[in-house]
Amino acid sequence: MTTRRDFIKTSGFLVVGFSLTGARLPLAAQGAEPGPYPDVDFRQLDSWIVIRQDNTATFFVGKTDLGQGTGTAFRQVMADELDMPYDRTSCVMGATQVTVDQGGSGGSDALQTDGYPMRRVAAEARRVLLEMASARFGVPVAQLVVSDGVVSVAADPSKRVTYGELIGGRKFNVTLTGDNVDATTGAAKLKDVQQLKIVGTSPQRYDIPAKVDGSLRWAVDVKVPGMVHARNVKPPVAGAKLASIDESSVKDIPGFLKVVSKGNYVAVVCEREEQAIQAARQLKATWSKPAAAAFPSSEDLFTYMRGATPTSSAPPSVRGDVEAAMKEATKVIEADYEIPFQGHVSIGPAHAMADPSDDQMTVYSNDMKSYGLREGVATFLKIPRDRVRVVWMEGPQGYGRTAADDAGFEAAYLAKEMGRPVRMQWMRDEETAWDTKAPAFAVKVRGALDAHGNLIAFDYDARTADFNHLGYNQPDTVLIAQLMGIRRDPPARGNSATPSEMYAIPNRRMAMHIVGLPLVWETPLRTGNLRDPNGPQSTFASESFIDELAAAAGADPVEFRLKLLTASTDDDSGFKRARSIACVKAAADAFGWDKRPSPKRRDRGEILTGRGIAYTYRSQTISAEIAEVEVNRRTGHVWVKRMVCAYDCGLVINPETLRRVVENGMLHSLSRTLHEEVRFDTEKVTSVNWASYPTMTHLDTPESLEVVLVNGDPKPKRPDLPHYGAGETVCKPTLAAIGNAIFDATGVRLRRVPFRDARVLAALKAAKV
Amino acid sequence: MANITLRVNGQSRTVDVDPATPLLYVLRNDLDLHGPRFGCGLGQCGACTVLVKGAAMRSCILPVSTVQGAEVTTLEGLSVDGNLHPLQQAWIDEQVPACGFCQNGQILTAKALLDRNPAPTDAQIRQGMAGTLCRCMTYYRIQSAIKRAAKAIASGDGKGIA
Repeated sequence: MTTRRDFIKTSGFLVVGFSLTGARLPLAAQGAEPGPYPDVDFRQLDSWIVIRQDNTATFFVGKTDLGQGTGTAFRQVMADELDMPYDRTSCVMGATQVTVDQGGSGGSDALQTDGYPMRRVAAEARRVLLEMASARFGVPVAQLVVSDGVVSVAADPSKRVTYGELIGGRKFNVTLTGDNVDATTGAAKLKDVQQLKIVGTSPQRYDIPAKVDGSLRWAVDVKVPGMVHARNVKPPVAGAKLASIDESSVKDIPGFLKVVSKGNYVAVVCEREEQAIQAARQLKATWSKPAAAAFPSSEDLFTYMRGATPTSSAPPSVRGDVEAAMKEATKVIEADYEIPFQGHVSIGPAHAMADPSDDQMTVYSNDMKSYGLREGVATFLKIPRDRVRVVWMEGPQGYGRTAADDAGFEAAYLAKEMGRPVRMQWMRDEETAWDTKAPAFAVKVRGALDAHGNLIAFDYDARTADFNHLGYNQPDTVLIAQLMGIRRDPPARGNSATPSEMYAIPNRRMAMHIVGLPLVWETPLRTGNLRDPNGPQSTFASESFIDELAAAAGADPVEFRLKLLTASTDDDSGFKRARSIACVKAAADAFGWDKRPSPKRRDRGEILTGRGIAYTYRSQTISAEIAEVEVNRRTGHVWVKRMVCAYDCGLVINPETLRRVVENGMLHSLSRTLHEEVRFDTEKVTSVNWASYPTMTHLDTPESLEVVLVNGDPKPKRPDLPHYGAGETVCKPTLAAIGNAIFDATGVRLRRVPFRDARVLAALKAAKV
Repeated sequence: MANITLRVNGQSRTVDVDPATPLLYVLRNDLDLHGPRFGCGLGQCGACTVLVKGAAMRSCILPVSTVQGAEVTTLEGLSVDGNLHPLQQAWIDEQVPACGFCQNGQILTAKALLDRNPAPTDAQIRQGMAGTLCRCMTYYRIQSAIKRAAKAIASGDGKGIA
């Protein structure tokens, strides 16, 4: 049985193998530990922090880093509370047998939620170490000072001892309290924000060097003796049933081992990877097509969605009397906004390696929620949970894709079937066609202005194609389970979204409906959580329409928003109104916003230029973004030349990393604005690769991206300034900011993304631009 | 299967594989070189890029038999005597990667670009890199890093680099 003591004993060895600044996971040792693997006890300080005799510390956290520098940030907050130099720390993430279950990653909660128990346990370790030093020197704790992992007596600095000398190689044996992992705490208090020294600085991300010199071992790279390779054979059309398999079609392929099938799930296993790829292509299987169309074609999707009977409707949120206000209004406008299915479309397809050795199951995976995968695999394969572990390793970012870790389940299933380690990887067409999708939205919006151009009523009604939304690694909704005929009853209801802003509008109604497509199970149009789930869609509709209302009122778009924000002084405990106002102003200032209504007087030449703003929040993080565009009147091509984002996510841990997260988040949404749409006919997804699912390329890159980090808290010096989530809010306003800029440039309102050249050109021509 | 001799990162390596096997799988699975990665298998994304006689090639669609005898360089072979190539250093200085999965292709495509054109304009960088995709959308910093590396090489920091 593995104990923490074992781990501490071996960890000295581990550190030799992975330098403190390196990013390699201590793979060898993890592979060497026999099970079973009991849950790591979050109420033990030793579960979180190991300090060695050489005065280095390793932090064990139950999160994963999806390439946004959260691991570096964890080290910063924990080193700061512990009073250790950043460079003497390292971080192990998401390996279920050695890290506490903090749920893995998702929801931009790494710092907003999980950062607090990390800080508290580090503070508790510091407190305990000071007590140990106090006993050693016979001096009260109050007369000790600590700096960089060295405790000394204030009155006699020659009396000094390192943390490593106090505890190195031994356990703290300190029990923590807290009802759940998020509440974990010791007796120590957190430092005031003003006392933090490492937080707010920008150490370089420790994972980057190994990513640029080729030395990092990723989840795709895991190899163990006896490992074989698998590939899936997907149904040729959605909802097809497997009738028969002709195994003789592949049995002569060198290295062929087995065709594994159950229900409509089919995979081939071969000795070598290229052999498995060939076998999957060559396998003759007979499938029967479903009688009815699986879904409307992508061309007919929005007509279908508007005509469908919702599978569920949330009770609308109502304030005032929208219809009465509409009747009294001087001007009423309405519009329909459409956002198609968009894919996660990871640059690297789904993959995992599962090893069934020693009567247990080890899954090497880039699953962002490794704990959920462990639980799901145990249930799916009916293996006791303590015989399953998941070792999280770096992988291609999917912004939510791995929360439904199809390949992890498939590798584990096949490893059990084969009785040997199996590496599974999807091919490009599978990943693009069959990954989880962000749901399509059809939004109807109406707004009413009074004689002074005040917005007196706003009516938002969204229809979202999100029925049977996939959860996190649920053993009854991952694709392999669906194909094997497992059905959750009832299917998940799904989610939609309403706008997130602090506008004071006296009469408003917000309604949400979910609609289902005909094929509910075994469909490539499976919906899941894509980076800021549903935020970009709802914000595209609402913030584009606010711009339409500003134009109808003849008002400057920034002024119009500020008027709506300042029309009330009600604020929440996170000062979201004050911080929203600060962000909108900061974005306008940084951009050099020229105050005037949109559209501008149209340019004469081939290139039309304009600028647009959009603002929103998510949880407690505020984003105001301004896009400057060039629209080619002859080709319809849109180039977003410049973007400015004013961002307030509370206390900033690492400014330079945050800037990149914000830059890349804007560009992810830029890609969704200009390019991304999942296309399908009535029986299959036809977006199957980078040609049929185009995305942003180097050619689209703006000339300038500017990020203004705003701390709009009215009490910015308060000692408890929170750190909010940073990874997703930025994605929300970009679509509307770009659409609003195109309107400013051309006078043409685009209400359906993506703004591909042909669609823009057609709209320009229709408007005789 | 057949014995095929390759010259990779300055070393001669012989493997016993089907000659039609794409170079990518030989590098990854037989030679333990993990810089090149599978992204699409179609030559569309660039994640599998290697340099063949200095030119950026997509190893996922390159039969191993076609590169026999040619000098193949992978990401692992870009540094010399433990010194990072100026492009790799620029990637660190600019803190380019997010997840980093595509950066092998970005760095090696940039290497081939700068070898052809040591002082590219912004437009030439965009054009030269256009076929190399990144899903974390790190394009902005990649382009900054290429400019930074070009300056470093021009100022002599890159002397001795292969």
